[in-house]
Amino acid sequence: MSERDVAIVGIGLSPFGRHDASGLDQGVFAAREALRDAGIEWKDVGIAFGGSTDAGNADAIGARLGLTGIPFTNVANGCATGGSSLACAVSAVRSGAADVALAVGFDKHTRGAFNAKPRDWGLEDWYGETGMMLTTQFFALKTQRYLHEHGLSEDVLSLVAERAFRNGAATPTAWRREAIPLERIASSMPVNPPLRKFMFCNPAEGGAALVLCKASIARRFTARPVLLKAVSVRTRDHGSFEVFAPGLAREIAPSVTVAASKGAFEEAGVGPRDIRVIQIQDTDAGTEIMHMAENGFCAHGEQERLLRDGSTEIGGRMPINTDGGCLANGEPIGASGLRQVHEVCLQLRGEAGARQVPGGPKLGYTHVYGAPGVSAVTVLQC
Amino acid sequence: MNLACPHLLRETPGGFVLLGSRCRGCDEHYFPFQAGCTRCGGVDLEEVVLGDRGTLWTWTVQGFLPKTPYNSGETDATFRPYGVGYVEMPCGVKVESRLTENDPAKLRIGMPMRLVLEAYRTAEDGSKVHTFAFAPASEIGS
Repeated sequence: MSERDVAIVGIGLSPFGRHDASGLDQGVFAAREALRDAGIEWKDVGIAFGGSTDAGNADAIGARLGLTGIPFTNVANGCATGGSSLACAVSAVRSGAADVALAVGFDKHTRGAFNAKPRDWGLEDWYGETGMMLTTQFFALKTQRYLHEHGLSEDVLSLVAERAFRNGAATPTAWRREAIPLERIASSMPVNPPLRKFMFCNPAEGGAALVLCKASIARRFTARPVLLKAVSVRTRDHGSFEVFAPGLAREIAPSVTVAASKGAFEEAGVGPRDIRVIQIQDTDAGTEIMHMAENGFCAHGEQERLLRDGSTEIGGRMPINTDGGCLANGEPIGASGLRQVHEVCLQLRGEAGARQVPGGPKLGYTHVYGAPGVSAVTVLQC
Repeated sequence: MNLACPHLLRETPGGFVLLGSRCRGCDEHYFPFQAGCTRCGGVDLEEVVLGDRGTLWTWTVQGFLPKTPYNSGETDATFRPYGVGYVEMPCGVKVESRLTENDPAKLRIGMPMRLVLEAYRTAEDGSKVHTFAFAPASEIGS
């Protein structure tokens, strides 16, 4: 173990979905859960990073937990906010800025799709006014092209969603806790073809928090620390096909996820085949399909076989989104990436209950993707 | 004509064409006009004509009424789904655009497309506001 190693020693999650409680309340709940899990108090935390898009400033939790004077930085990186907060906390612990850090995120979104403002993204008003600035459209356009290029049928999209809701049904903190038959998914409203109603995740509410520390002191807090073997955050390269793009380059470059994933595997010194539990961003069923390959877990076009032969199931060779992912949990932006890490920690600690991956998984993986081309990946070991 | 984005278009004797930019340093092309080149970091870009023809590179149909900033003035009751796609222009740049066709059965990747102007809302003075769109080339002849 090197002095650079960082461990997760406390995890906390509030139930995702729609609630009466404020977003801040849900974040405070998650933070208290994570502190309790680590057996420490808020005053023991030396630095904090947090994100919330629609529920106020993340550092407002300080006014609830106690004003201890520590540095608390608010993080905003679209759907990759949670992963970015975690990456900041890891860097802080590695640098020696603090021995114990908290990464926290929460959110509370209104119903329906996010309505982005063009100027916030360096775009002109006409792009939004004429009806092209929608994330759902982008995912549909990218998925349509991907299915075409790699000879995949639209069935793969229903298969992803069906597994997500089935896994969600076994997850007490999930929002969507009812399995949905394949045929019902495949015939649901075509929101943006080829993507249908049950193939999209919805904006939701929830909070998630992680307590991190130098790995050398982790056993002071827990008998089962989860080591962060790698954390990799990248932004897009020229030519990649990302959200909110009025034009695309002549030659399409690989997605930002490819670089983030490659960086994480190199840092961890392991490969995709070593990973026993996987969380990849599934804001819609099409992105999960693409992310399977972009993260190195299969070749392009191989997804249909893996979905059909059970490889991605909880009992399979490469279990994906064991808690139902974004499709079953919804996406509170600030918390979503941290929820993924929470789930993999539970699995590696053997505490995932009815959805536990069998055989005592030792290595896990998380991946988030956010607009306009940000990706954060972790490799976790217990 | 009342255009939502007049600076993206030029009227020629043969009809409207889309405008973009080209980096004088590395020859990369952009739509819409860019002040800087994200490929080489250069800032010396010139206006270029991207044309009025292309092929459909990918497509979808917008099946629900978008929230603001969409400003067509439609309601859930009057909303008519519209096609959206990326059209690959002769230079290779793909332009995101509304499509006049909204029937999935009539859209396929690789089909030839042609630029048209589409009235997508009515201004306060009663005039129709147009934006660029692409139509299947076979529908309007060549």
